[in-house]
Parts: sequence; C-alpha cells; structure tokens
Amino acid sequence: MTDTFVHPYIPNSAPAVKAAMLAETGAAAVKDFYADIPDELRFTGLLDLPEALVAEQDLVAHVTDLLSCNRPVAVGRSFLGAGTYRHFVPAVVEEVINRSEFLTAYAGEPYEDHGRFQALFEYQSLMAELLAMDVVNVPTYDGFQAAATALSMAGRFTGRRRVIVVSDTNPDKMSKVLDFTKPVLDLVGVPTVNGSADAAAVIAELDVETAAIWVETPSFRGVLETAVTEMARAAHAVGALVVVGTDPIGLGVLAPPAEQGADIVCGDIQSLGLRQWFGGAHAGFIALHDDPGLVMELPSRLFGLASTDVEGEYGFGDIAYDRTSFAVREEGKEWVGTAAALWGIAAGVYLSLMGPRGMVDLGETLLARTAYAVKALTAIEGVDLTDDAPHLREFVLDLTRAGLTAAEVIAALRRDGIEPGVEIGTNELLVCVTEVNTMADIDDLASRLSALCERGAS
Amino acid sequence: MSLPIAPKPPLRRFHEARWDEPIVFELSTPGERGVLVSRPEPDLLSTVGDVVDALPTSLRRKTPPVLPEMGQMRVLKHYLRLSQENLGADLNADIGQGTCTMKYSPKVNDALIRTPSLADLHPLQSEDSVQGILEIIWATEQMLAEISGMERVSLQTSGGSAAIWANIAMIRAYHEAAGQGEQRDEVITTIFSHPSNAATAKTAGYTVVTLYPDADGYPDIEAFKAALSPRTAALMITNPEDTGIYNPRIAEFVDLAHSVGALAAYDQANANGILGVTRARDAGFDTCHFNLHKTFSTPHGSGGPGSGATAVSDRLVPFLPGPLVERDGDRFFWDADRPMSIGKVAPFYGVVPNIVRAYAWMRSLGAEGLREAAEIAVLNNNYLMKRILEIPGASAPYATGRRRIEQVRYSWQDLYEETGITSEEMGVRATDFGVHYWTSHHPFVVPQPFTLEPTESYSKEEIDEYVAIMTEVAREARETPDVVRTAPHNQTVHHIHHDDLDDPERWAPSWRAYQRKYFAGDDG
Repeated sequence: MTDTFVHPYIPNSAPAVKAAMLAETGAAAVKDFYADIPDELRFTGLLDLPEALVAEQDLVAHVTDLLSCNRPVAVGRSFLGAGTYRHFVPAVVEEVINRSEFLTAYAGEPYEDHGRFQALFEYQSLMAELLAMDVVNVPTYDGFQAAATALSMAGRFTGRRRVIVVSDTNPDKMSKVLDFTKPVLDLVGVPTVNGSADAAAVIAELDVETAAIWVETPSFRGVLETAVTEMARAAHAVGALVVVGTDPIGLGVLAPPAEQGADIVCGDIQSLGLRQWFGGAHAGFIALHDDPGLVMELPSRLFGLASTDVEGEYGFGDIAYDRTSFAVREEGKEWVGTAAALWGIAAGVYLSLMGPRGMVDLGETLLARTAYAVKALTAIEGVDLTDDAPHLREFVLDLTRAGLTAAEVIAALRRDGIEPGVEIGTNELLVCVTEVNTMADIDDLASRLSALCERGAS
Repeated sequence: MSLPIAPKPPLRRFHEARWDEPIVFELSTPGERGVLVSRPEPDLLSTVGDVVDALPTSLRRKTPPVLPEMGQMRVLKHYLRLSQENLGADLNADIGQGTCTMKYSPKVNDALIRTPSLADLHPLQSEDSVQGILEIIWATEQMLAEISGMERVSLQTSGGSAAIWANIAMIRAYHEAAGQGEQRDEVITTIFSHPSNAATAKTAGYTVVTLYPDADGYPDIEAFKAALSPRTAALMITNPEDTGIYNPRIAEFVDLAHSVGALAAYDQANANGILGVTRARDAGFDTCHFNLHKTFSTPHGSGGPGSGATAVSDRLVPFLPGPLVERDGDRFFWDADRPMSIGKVAPFYGVVPNIVRAYAWMRSLGAEGLREAAEIAVLNNNYLMKRILEIPGASAPYATGRRRIEQVRYSWQDLYEETGITSEEMGVRATDFGVHYWTSHHPFVVPQPFTLEPTESYSKEEIDEYVAIMTEVAREARETPDVVRTAPHNQTVHHIHHDDLDDPERWAPSWRAYQRKYFAGDDG
C-alpha cells in the first residue's frame, strides 16, 4: 500500500490525517494493529482482483456497459410468473424506499428510528386488514422462508411432525421447505385432482399425528383452492392447524384464507409494489390470529404500539422480544436477522396508495385478464387447459394435441420478443397474466401461438 | 444580535424531526384515491362477463379490506415525514452500530442499479437476454472467492443469518453423505460469535455447545478441546469476535475441529478489518460467509434486504445451494444439475440489486483499495478506542493494552457503579445529539456494554464529534443524571413505556388488534 492512495470512500486515507491518527494511537504503522494475526495467516501481496475503476465516471461506464447487455422484455409481452411477477409499481413507492433515511438505516432504537418502526407497524397493520388477521410479522426473507417457518411453527405448536401437502407447490419452494424442516417435520403429499386439492383424500389422511395441512392458493399452477373451509374443519377436528400460502395481490376480491379457517397464512409480498429485479426482491409474510400460543412461536420481529410520556404520542417497540434468537440465542424460535424490512415499507406504501377500491379494482382486472387469456389461448385448436379450476393470474396450457413442446413454443415466441411462459413439463406451459398485459397483448400472444400451432400441425 | 455570527458551540444542537404524524389509518377520507388501476377493456369484459360473480361464493370477499382511502400526495407526505423521523447512515456518524459495519453505501451504486435493464428483468427470461447480470454475478463470486481464498461462492442467501443457515445446512448434508448424519449431532460456537450461529445450528437439529472467553477474552481452547468428540459436526465461529479481538490460535481451533472429523464454519460478518490481510481458507476453514450489506457496502434498508455470500472449499462445493452460474467462453449460464446440493435456500438467484451494488463497490476500490479500506477501518477503530478510553467510566474489557481489529465492545460498568446510569440510558441520551449506539447481543457478558465500529467511512472530525458526545453524556450521568434518565429530549418521541409489549392481553401488533382491544363497541 502506498501512502498516497486516497479514495473518496475513505476520508482518513488522506496522508496528513492518517499520520495524525496513527500518532494519537502511538502506533508506528497500521500493521501494528494486526499484531495478533500470526505470520502464517498473513496474506502477502495484493489480492488478484480486476483493476480498480477509481474514477466514478469509469465505474459508471463499465457497469452501465455490462447492464446494457441485458434486454428486459417489453411491458405486456412477458407472460412469465412462477414466483416473480410483473405488476405495476406506483412512483410514490419508489420515491419512499429510495429515501436515504430508510435506505441506509439499520437497527436504531424506536427513538431515532421512530419512522421505520411506524412504517413497519403500518405495513403489519395494512397486511392485517387485507388478510383479516391481527398479527403480521416484520418481513422475513421471502415466501419460501415464510412457508418453511409457518409449517415449523405448526409443528412446534402442536408437538407433531406430520404435514399434509394438499396443493401443487412451486418445486423450488418445496426444495427449500424440505431441507429446512427436515429435523422437525415429515411432509406427505396428497396428489391434486383437476389441479385442485383432493379434499376427500386429504381428510382421509388426517390423523392425530398431523401437525398441519398446507394449502397453496393460488397454487403453483394458479389454481384457487375451493375446498379450504371443508379441509380446515376436518383438520381442526383432529387438532391440526391449517397453513395457507397465498399471494395477497388478489385479496381485494378473494376471500382471505382466515375466513376459510386458516390458522397461519404465509407468502411473498413481491407483487405489492416491488419490481422483478431478476428475482431478487422478495420478502415473506407470516400472519396469525392474536393467539399468544402461536405468536410465541414466531421467530421474526413484531412491532407493536406503545405509549410514551406524552399524551397522544405513538411509540413503538418489539412485541415479546424474548422469543427471538437476539434475546436468547439457540433458545429462541429458529432465528432472526437482517431480512427484508425495506420491501415491507414498500408494500405498506403500495397498500396505502391502492386503498380498498384499488385492491378491489386490481383483483377484478386480474381475474378478468386471466379469464380472457384462458379463453383466447384455449380457443386455439390443439391447446388445452390442464384443469378447469378457477384461476388467478396463472394457468397451465397443455400443448400435446398441438404437437408442440413447451420449449418449442418458448423458443419460437422469443424470436418475436415475447416470453410466453415457463416450461413446467414437456408439453406444459405455465402462463402468467397481470394487469400490465392488456387485451391487445393477450390477443397478440394468442394469434402468434395459433400460427405456431398451425405450422406445427401441418 | 447582528453579524458576525458567533462560532458554533462544541456540540451540535440537534433535534430530530417531530411531525407528530398519525397512524396511516387515521388519515383516511372516504372516496379519496391514491392511485388508479388499469381496468379491463370493454370488449374483454363482454367476452368474460362478471368474473367475480363467477367465483364460487366461498372464494368471494364479502367486504373490501379496510385500507385507508387517501389522495396520492397525502400518502407521499405521510411516508416522507416518517422517513424524516429516521436516522440513516447517510445522516449520522453511524459508528455506534457495532458488528454491523455501517459504512458508506455509495450513491453511484444506487443510481447504477435503477435501470430497467436490471429492475425489469424476470429471472426466467432467456439466458441470452440476461448475459450482463449473469456476468456480474459470476464476477462477484470470483472476487469473493479470491478475498476468502475459497474455491467457490454462492450469492443466493438474502442476509447474513441466512448465509450462516446455508453453512450449517451444507455441513449437515456433508455428514449425511458420509453416513455420519446421526452420529454428529453437536455444534460448538462461542458466546462472542453472532447468536445466529447458535440459533441456526439448533434449527438444523443440532445440540449447541457455547464456549465462553478465557481471562484474556479469547475463546477458551481447553474448553473447546473438552467439548470436541466424534459427535461434533462443526465449529461455527467469528474472528475477530464481537470484541474486536483477533484469535491468534484460530488455525489451531480449525485443526482441532478437523481432528475429530468436524468441519469449521467461519462467520465473516466481522471481515471489514481484514480484507486482503488474512483469508478464511488460509486458516483452514471449510466454509465462510460475508454480508454484502456490511463489509461490501450495500445499504441496510432499515433491516434488509441484505445479501449473503457463502464461500466454500473443494469438499463443500457439491453441497452449495443451486443453481450455480458457470462460464463457457464469453457465455454465462445456470447449472442446476447438482444432485448433492442442499437445494434452494431462497427464490431464484439472490438479492440481485445488492449483488450489483457490491460488485460496483469492489470494482471501485480494487485490491489496493480493499486493503486500504480494511487498514483505515482498523486505524479508525484504534483511534476511537484511544479516545473513548480517555472518558472516565469507560473501559474495554479483555486483552488489556492490546490492539483491536475493526470494533470494540466497551463497558460503562465503572460509570454505572458510580452513577446508576445504565448503558441503555446512555444510548438513548446520545440520540439527542443525532447519533446512537447499540449495546450488545444478549446475554451481556460484558457488563453495561456498548459496541462501536467506525469503519473506514467516517472522517476523523466525525469520530471526534462522536467521542465528544459520549464524553458529554458521561459528564451528564455524573452531574445531571436526571437529564440522562428522562431522555430523550430532542427526539421524535419521548420516553416509551414497554410493559404492554410483553402482555398478550394488552399488546397491539396491528391497528386492527389495537382497535379491537381498546375501542370495541365505541361508535365509529
């Protein structure tokens, strides 16, 4: 290291300052501070890293150049979902989460960080209204973690290991849940029929060893489960809990799972005001009724209202902090750490903007566009729907009769600048429609797929 | 009074914003709208009919959710006011959040990521169309492999604790693959390692053994030897620990773990002082993790998203979470065909915006700059320690007279014994001057603790200001203790009462629960 290296991010590398500080410490050189590191563990020389781009201009040019190799799909021409969704993000959401005060804060106390405590308490409260449940955590990492933790909570609460998986579940989510819950749960799947839970078979599987049934609605295939109430009644009769995974985006018009008997509701909030970010902007919610037995099983932070010395002043703090690993290490519930608070603030701003009318309108739009896409695409000769259950946002096309594989359709339509969906089986295409896909976009997809089918059949 | 204006007083006359803002639900005016939504086209509607009516009754929501109804500007104003009541690292000398490395998150990196060429990418669009971000992920992994000395890196975890979880999940899979999954049911950690090392190990099904420090503050090596056995699955340890003390026998700890067939996992949340100085692999570790939101500058987001980087030696590569990005000439692609992998730890590929920020930060500094960042972080810390220890009543337990790496866990025990003022009370009073500090993880092994980490980002002047504030609050503790005890005075809100937060009958985890518990039956 030369003494003249002064980087804009490192003010005290200015030589005179550095010398003055060294003198104050009584050290002759910085290496004195590393006296405890044995020679054999010292790395000598410089790390083999690419050359520094110290001028901000050069850094901008380089990173911009790399990012410009990416080609986002034009709005409306992507029908990709499978866990990450393209919904419209109102400008105010990003204005708020890009504020330095929120973006660069971390773990201050509820005095100097009153703002984030209130914003996250409001996020919890807005989600609570949407979900019709009283308790929602400060976000965990993502919907995968939310599901894994929700099921583990059911296991701890009931003292049982057996979980019945009743819906078609995102295979990636299942991978996470299986590895995470291995020490505490045994998952048993009941195959779906016509895309939906086989309620009779699920009820027959229930026994007094069952910790929970796990419903996903909409499922990986976009299916809205219609027999949750019936399955929940039977699960409760044997002392099992009902864990429902959902995407809150449809809850302006869809009945909240809590009204269908859910004890724990979990999922991802990426749909609520977050861009796709190449799958890198997820956050998980876990919602409960205000049942202390279950609340005490929650690993996450949970912010609550508190009074202060001044009348009419809202304060905040951690509810039941002593259940967390911050308080009692391995005696806490799982663990808590840096997760996804900023995305929670985003979702709170989003729900504040949308209001009740916005969520109702959006739910109607999503249902209508989904129904139209189903109609337009299955009108094509040779293209079938894999089930006739109700759908929100996603559904699966079976291309077998058209003589096409999902991969062929994807490859062909990509040439037209369209991403038609995700391959989830040789002839199965998972198609996703949101409010950003207009009628014209859907008609365009249908006409191109139709042409492809005609060519494939000829 | 008239010009000239008197010089500034020695201490900043700070007052945080106090908007006295209601809860968002109280701002609702029926009929107002914050944003309008794209509606189905008339022709589309005539094709599909009433889609809500077509749903089974049980699936229809009976009444709309009781969200607030607000005009757009009022929503904006509400949240901007809340933001002003929050003290981010961009606004204060954030050296009081020890173990968290509150360094500068360069604005240029925030600007760089806000492009549709990143924000509007779907993770499953064609690989051809995402070569830029794949290259950045690949190159970031390469740089972190060099910094750790490890073979391979995964960026798929979303935070430091999630990365610690990935470490223990891989270790569990490794022992299972070797047929020793049942036999190895214990994990050893230290009390000055982050609590998530203990907590993730417990969650993974292990019994946790925690080592306490010896008289010098080092993890007790004799206790470690006694704890090791064929049942040991792993050592999970931080170094330097939260005390800022570097354990010079770290390689011996790792060797001892290996000697009984256990693996060694290195929690490198505290890596900021040792970048380019010493590497995890060179001490023999099998796996380590970094927090991109600490050492690698990505913003902390009021508590996330962070981003974890998991680095492993040869023998754990097959167990890394998947998929892994691979390079073939100029082309980058995902390899998901990895049968030994622990599988998915999170959706898709990690916290992509933060990966790009960390990439840009490393590229801005290069090898020389990373080393300078580490050295200045350590200089700043030892300078700060010298100044803090000049305050009567402050001490730095353990390793007396020795240097520390990037942080120090101090104690106000002497001041507490003299004044009865606790460290928590001192920290709250410090907020009146526009800074804060954090005490310590629990349990408080160091009595009346506070943990400071100045990083490389803060100037000497800012560090001096911080010391001046601590000096003043300590003086107040002696001379005007009620001022400290009744703090804060210059904050957004006043002293908070905590009793209701631990009483299930009284706690209010949401506005809805608060209304139900305290106002049920009231009109309106």
